[in-house]
Formats: sequence, C-alpha cells, structure tokens
Amino acid sequence: MIPSQTNFILYGRVPNLARKNPTLEIGSDLLHIMEGFLPHPWWEVWYALSLPVVVYGMYRMNQLVKERRETLPLLALAGAFIFVLSSLKLPSVTGSSSHPTGTGMGSILFGPAITAVLSLIVLVYQALFLAHGGITTLGANVFSMGIAGPAVAYLVYKGCVRSNLNFYVSIFLAASLADWATYLVTSLQLALAFPSATGGVVGSFYAFGTVFAITQVPLAIVEGVITALIFKYIIQVKGEVMVRLKVIDEKRLGKLREVISA
Amino acid sequence: MKGEIIAGTVIVVFFALFLYVAATNTGAEWGGADGEAEGVIKDLTGGSYEPWFEPLWEPPSGEIESLLFSLQAAIGAIVIGYFFGYYRGRQSRSRPEE
Repeated sequence: MIPSQTNFILYGRVPNLARKNPTLEIGSDLLHIMEGFLPHPWWEVWYALSLPVVVYGMYRMNQLVKERRETLPLLALAGAFIFVLSSLKLPSVTGSSSHPTGTGMGSILFGPAITAVLSLIVLVYQALFLAHGGITTLGANVFSMGIAGPAVAYLVYKGCVRSNLNFYVSIFLAASLADWATYLVTSLQLALAFPSATGGVVGSFYAFGTVFAITQVPLAIVEGVITALIFKYIIQVKGEVMVRLKVIDEKRLGKLREVISA
Repeated sequence: MKGEIIAGTVIVVFFALFLYVAATNTGAEWGGADGEAEGVIKDLTGGSYEPWFEPLWEPPSGEIESLLFSLQAAIGAIVIGYFFGYYRGRQSRSRPEE
C-alpha cells in the first residue's frame, strides 16, 4: 500500500481536487475518516459511543464555567490550541501529510470529557466548511480525536505525576502519545469496518496502521514539544488556576516558577 | 530559555527532514492520485464499496480550501495571542519594579 492510496480513503475530496491540481495531494491528510466512508453499522456504533461522553462533557463544562469562572480563559486557550494545531497540515517523512490534534493540552487541564466537546467544535467546522472528515463519520472522528487520544493524554499525565517525572517531560509524553493514539484508533476503526479478506481485522489494521503510525511519529513529537512549551507560559501567567484544577500541586508550581524566573 | 531552544531545535530538525525527503524523493510519493484513486478500501472489499454519503458542501477550489484552513488557524491564534498578551501584560503591571 502506498501513502497516496491512503490519502484517498481518508480524505475524500482530494482525488477530485487533485485532478485539477496535482500538487494538492501534498495537502491531503490522514486523520479523519471522510464522509460516507464508514458503512452501516459502524457509523452508528461510533456515534453511540461518542454521544454519552460529549453530553457528559457539556455538563462538566457548564458546571466548571459556573462554579469556577476563572477557568474560562484557560478553556478558551485549550479550544484555540486545538483549532490552530488541527489546521496545520504538515508534511512528514513518509511523503504524505497529516496534522497534529492539539487535544493533549485540553485533556491535561480539563480531562477527556471536556476535551471531547472542544474537539467536536473543530470537527464540525472542518466537516461543514472543508469537506474534511464528515457528518456521517463525525461520531467515529470524535471518538478517535476527542475521546481516545485525550484519554491517553490524561492517563499518561497522571501516571507521570505519580512517578514524579519532570513536569515538561510528562506533558511531552502525554501530548505526543495522545496524538499517536488518535491515529491508531482511526486505523482500528477503518480495520473494523473493512476487514481484509485474507488477514481479517488484524490484517487490515496492519495495512492502515503501518502507514499512519510512521507518518505520525514526527508530528507527534513536534506536538509534544510545542504543548510542553505552552505549558511553561501557562505556569507563568495562570499557574494558580492549574493548582485549583488539580493539575499540579502548590509545591510543584512554586518550584517550576523558580526555575522559570531564574 | 531552555524550553524555547529545545522546541526551536525540534521544529528545525522536523523541517530539515522534510526538505531532505522532498529532495531525495523526486515527487514520486507526493502526487499521482489520478492512477491510484481506487484506494485500499476497494482493494479490501474487492472494489464493491461506494461511499454512501457525499459532503453537503465542499470548497470549490484548493485556494478556497486553504483560505478556510488559514481562517481556522487565525481564529485560534488570535485567542492564544490575546490570552498570553493580556495576562502577561497584567502581570508585569502589577510588578512595576521589573
């Protein structure tokens, strides 16, 4: 399988546009499953799995904004970060392009449920205005980008904190692995819907997964590093809100601030 | 300053890698969607799969698509810039000795 075939599957409008302008292929993407490409019953399955998380996330978000008004700017920041990162289609070493997700930051600050809501906003924008992803595949795309990735980020971050790893290294690991996990889940979703005749779901997963996984490694590293850097600035200006959100404790914040101002 | 240097280095290496791949692979992998547009799904399903739903609207050209993508990035960047600008400004005003 070569990357351009994969691009076609995941990014439906490329072939049409590419016919007019062959260089457009470079702008193609591996992240979201495109409109109409998940058959019954899979699109319903992913909708059913994502819906409760998004509803719970909306409830949590409402609660948070009502009870802790001071977190609102950070919430906007987390959403904006997803907006920027998921619009940056970067070329990768495999010769195809893809984009980071930016969901790690939201999940570290607010947990996966609220991040699912933030991702939903971006995915709807891209599905409606960019023919990128789709309405029928929205459930699956919210699941991979808004739930699975953020859940990985959250667990990795909490695990790192418990094992007393360096703060920025923890952020880096959480954000990169979230990005990477998003792609693995997309591969899995496609493999489940399109098992190969010879290798079954495993064979398909391998076929989809190998290309995505390699393309995504450099992007995941870049995303992790940028997220870690942004957290340095958040510590400077809004560290006390992070303490209230229980992202870090007072003592650690004090130490990190000392290092920054030194 | 250390964080900025690390981030800068990683980004430079990332683009250097891209330039290297682009220079050594003379376009073979970047183009050619025409011939290969059959797709892996068709391979896997024996060519029987047809997408059952079309996007309601799609950008009429690559240029308009880039416009909407940059709009997305711009909206996000405005919010991020405002956030850090506002709070850093407030912080430095509350510490006039600096």
